[in-house]
Amino acid sequence: MLTYIARRVLVSIPTVFGVATVIFLLVRLLPGDPARVIAGVLATPEDVDRIRHQFGLDQPLYVQYVTYIAHLLTGDLGISTRTGEPVTQEIFSRLPYTMELAVVSTVIAVTVGVTIGVLAATRRGTVLDLLISSLAVFGLSMPVYWLGLMLIIVLAIDIHAFPAAGAQDPLGFVLPSVTLALFSLALVARQSRSAMLEVLNQDFVRTARAKGAPLRTVLVKHALRNALLPVVTVIGLQFGALIGGAVLTETVFSWPGVGRLLVDSIFSRDYPVVQGVVLMLAVSFIFVNLLVDLLYAYVDPRIRYS
Amino acid sequence: MSIRALDTAEPGLRDLTAPEVGAETARGRIWSKLRRSPSAMVGLAILCVYVGLALAGPLVAPFDPGHDILRDQFLTPSVHHFLGTDDLGRDEFLMLVYGARYTLYLGFLAVAIGLAVGLPLGAASGYFGGWVDLLVQRFTDVLLSFPGILLALALVAGLGVGLRNVIIAVGISSIPIFIRLVRASALSIRELPYVEAARALGVPNWLILLRHVLPNSLAPVIVQATLQLGAAILVAAGLGFLGLGVQKPTPEWGSMLGEARTYIFTDASLVTLPGLAIFGAVLAFNLVGDGLRDALDPRLK
Repeated sequence: MLTYIARRVLVSIPTVFGVATVIFLLVRLLPGDPARVIAGVLATPEDVDRIRHQFGLDQPLYVQYVTYIAHLLTGDLGISTRTGEPVTQEIFSRLPYTMELAVVSTVIAVTVGVTIGVLAATRRGTVLDLLISSLAVFGLSMPVYWLGLMLIIVLAIDIHAFPAAGAQDPLGFVLPSVTLALFSLALVARQSRSAMLEVLNQDFVRTARAKGAPLRTVLVKHALRNALLPVVTVIGLQFGALIGGAVLTETVFSWPGVGRLLVDSIFSRDYPVVQGVVLMLAVSFIFVNLLVDLLYAYVDPRIRYS
Repeated sequence: MSIRALDTAEPGLRDLTAPEVGAETARGRIWSKLRRSPSAMVGLAILCVYVGLALAGPLVAPFDPGHDILRDQFLTPSVHHFLGTDDLGRDEFLMLVYGARYTLYLGFLAVAIGLAVGLPLGAASGYFGGWVDLLVQRFTDVLLSFPGILLALALVAGLGVGLRNVIIAVGISSIPIFIRLVRASALSIRELPYVEAARALGVPNWLILLRHVLPNSLAPVIVQATLQLGAAILVAAGLGFLGLGVQKPTPEWGSMLGEARTYIFTDASLVTLPGLAIFGAVLAFNLVGDGLRDALDPRLK
């Protein structure tokens, strides 16, 4: 097990470097001269040169790259060109808002998703199953920003039940987290349904029923425990959808998280922040998938990684 | 012996045409299975409507939908403007109809890019193994590390906005899934006796890839490509919504929705309709994709 953990961690290191390199190259593709953007429209050519030098933009690309990687290793993501604050500070001041949203949405998605997925599987072929399966495919097809705006129109504008934007009010939490949860919920429901169906067909379930164990016990003790394994994988995968969705959801609800920060920074060409946020989100995605893999190996004794 | 006799009398030669006949019936079987799935048929019907609208766009709207008359802004539905007008006095119905063209065009091209790069890389990676596989897989890992819409977002941030760059960005984010898919089938196909036989006969690798490996991974690729069309449309519209996608005055649903957000208190239908259009398109591709999966893969269900 320990060697497996060590190997998995080692394999993800080149991936992190690859991601950092891709982001570095992407940001350098940006049309226009970042130094000119930072300096503003009223700047003299000398000002622009000074800023170019200050941010190291006059160096050859490989020197910039080496400096960038060296800084990354010390946890330095650079300085925001818009606010002059360190990028890490910008990110950490916004991160709690995104984390809250992501955690609440994941809890909604997993609890509701597993429940209705199992329900659909045990009532296979009934109206309830059809209803849940349709809800799942609807959830997977719905543009998250559109869902958010529809909720705002109905629940915030028409009946004033919830605030339309902002993170001050605890009630303000409801609409963004429900919006963000729907896609993941659909994904988890679908996966739980098919995993459960597969397990219900297995011999040990039939044996348990045959020896007279009540249906409830068989479902919870035998079937669900085995069906949860593939669901664990999906929870890792949905985290990616959740992060992507957060960028859109935060824009819809004017939520002060890292997603909004990213979009705002793209518009103001604040490329150290763009670079930092994308890197941070990608690395956390790699990390979550690593955790899921390890969890999977831990909970499933049949899998022996060598 | 005459040629005709060869044609009819030799059973061994007749057999050469057998796989062709088999392929015909397989296609028929898949279609009849697909036809029995009500959800796939609903999806196909929605798709037909969209394609019809996209093709008929210039017929129902002989003039440019981007054409704006400021005094006509926020008109309610009427005989002249079937669904009313938007903030610039543009006809909402015509904008939506033209949007179908851009959405389908964008989706198909993006997935085409994904296929064009993903299939050969995936096939080569699985078939050759070794350092080719290692290289391609690390590249795939990197692309897959960008969660959700983030890769397309980062690419657009680098390349700049606009229709062409959105297609490229969404296309690149569709590559890794096809690599993984084709690699998995190539891995199993390369061990099969007929591939070994082809290699023993001296058939060059590229021909084996083209004639044996790719066709045999076609079923999952078709399913995934259909589902990916939905995903590509969703991502492209998301970029448009953020203002980082297709730009004004192109009537793209995502950007229409993004612009209409400002007027959510004035005219909610400007927000509702483009979103509904996106939802319908994505739903249709998802339903057809699911139907195809059930029809092509008998192991599921």
